[in-house]
Amino acid sequence: MEKKIRVLVAKVGLDGHDRGAKVLARFLRDSGFEVIYTGLHRTPQEVAMAAVDEDVDVVGISLHSGAHLALVPKVINYIREYGGNPDEMLILVGGVIPTDDIVELKKMGVDEVFIPGTPISEIVEFIKKKLPEKRKKK
Amino acid sequence: MNAEEVVEGLLSGNRRALARAITYVENEYPESKEIMKHIFPKTGKAHVVGLTGFPGVGKSTLVSKLTEEFRRRGKKVGIIAIDPGSPFTGGALLGDRLRLDGMDSRKALWTDPGIFFRSMSSRGRAGGLAAKTGDVVRLLDAFGFDVILVETVGAGQSEVDIIEVADTSVVVMMPETGDEIQVNKAGILEIGDIYVVNKADLGGAEKVERWLKYMLSLDEESVQMLSQMTHADEAKVASGEFFERRKGWSPPVIKTVADRGEGIKELADAIEEHFEYMKKSGLIEKRRRERVKRELFEIVMNDVIKLVKEKTNYRDLIMKLLKGETDPYTAAEQIVEEVIHNAGKG
Repeated sequence: MEKKIRVLVAKVGLDGHDRGAKVLARFLRDSGFEVIYTGLHRTPQEVAMAAVDEDVDVVGISLHSGAHLALVPKVINYIREYGGNPDEMLILVGGVIPTDDIVELKKMGVDEVFIPGTPISEIVEFIKKKLPEKRKKK
Repeated sequence: MNAEEVVEGLLSGNRRALARAITYVENEYPESKEIMKHIFPKTGKAHVVGLTGFPGVGKSTLVSKLTEEFRRRGKKVGIIAIDPGSPFTGGALLGDRLRLDGMDSRKALWTDPGIFFRSMSSRGRAGGLAAKTGDVVRLLDAFGFDVILVETVGAGQSEVDIIEVADTSVVVMMPETGDEIQVNKAGILEIGDIYVVNKADLGGAEKVERWLKYMLSLDEESVQMLSQMTHADEAKVASGEFFERRKGWSPPVIKTVADRGEGIKELADAIEEHFEYMKKSGLIEKRRRERVKRELFEIVMNDVIKLVKEKTNYRDLIMKLLKGETDPYTAAEQIVEEVIHNAGKG
């Protein structure tokens, strides 16, 4: 049986804008993924433990608060602390992210950043293309 | 992680290994058989509690509040939450985890080492459970959880598979979901060891409670009827198990307001009492014997079908069936003979 791709869609920090995350979750479902949605206001620890326990292939973090440079690396570090391997996962970030910060986030281990206006099909294609490459590396 | 690493990690309390084991089992990886063989002897200690009911009655919120209550009582809690997977795209939106919020401090539940929460897709399967739910329950059991809560797909009227994995089945209802005829229909309302009327702060909760109690009292009468039957009659009652479950245990009806935590202590008490009753009465062995038998037959069935595919000329027989040269019963007899004849040969 082919392994189903599991995706965690997470809202981190003090940011109440969840429509994007919900639409994404729905579209990923329609694209054949198993999607776990965390709901609003999760801490980096909560998201990381969910990613490990649910054994997801993709962690999608949505932020519109401007705290991405502070929170995203924390999620990645906690995944490692809880015994998970973020290098095996695709770490994606979505939200209002300035161009300079996209470079920073990628240095921190983020695989791709999707800004508002990105067609969702592009995200789906990215996951389908990049995940097998990541899995090979481990 | 190979099978050995997963087993070793799982039995020594490594969450990552448990998470991986579930993935292997759920996706039927080759490693899964090896894993299940090794962990089986470590199972049988946990109390498996199933929650079922219509979509939106508050199962996930009850699971969350029950988890908090059992943690307060010093128990470690494993949770399997099943949501529907699309039979068309294979996709699923697993939205039970987001309800995991305690009364005291919601953060504690998400990162509490005494709690393990896993979302599963039903992957298009009917019945309210995912195909591998039984094996995943065993993994959590072997890991050392005291209570395992299994939340079914928000089910309709006949999603009764939960009794195949649970020691205690909790059926959750709410006001305004129909009249007493709904309550008297066959299906999920026959399987409860405990009934919950959630959202009891809404109008009409007493009515549902009354109907449920009425329905359950009718059931006691049918048990009495059964006891007056002759042996010949008794053999004719096909669903004997349902009656047996009820003897000596009157399913309580408990009103809750889950999001405010009302009635949760009473519900947790009832769940623990039922487990004690099951152990004392010996019913638990009986139920578990049935479960093991069913699982064994299922595994044997799969293995036999694999043998048929590998070792018989079933394709020829299918062609003959299409041409009308044989019938399915004769073909099946031929296949069984072939399997028995060829099975021993490498």
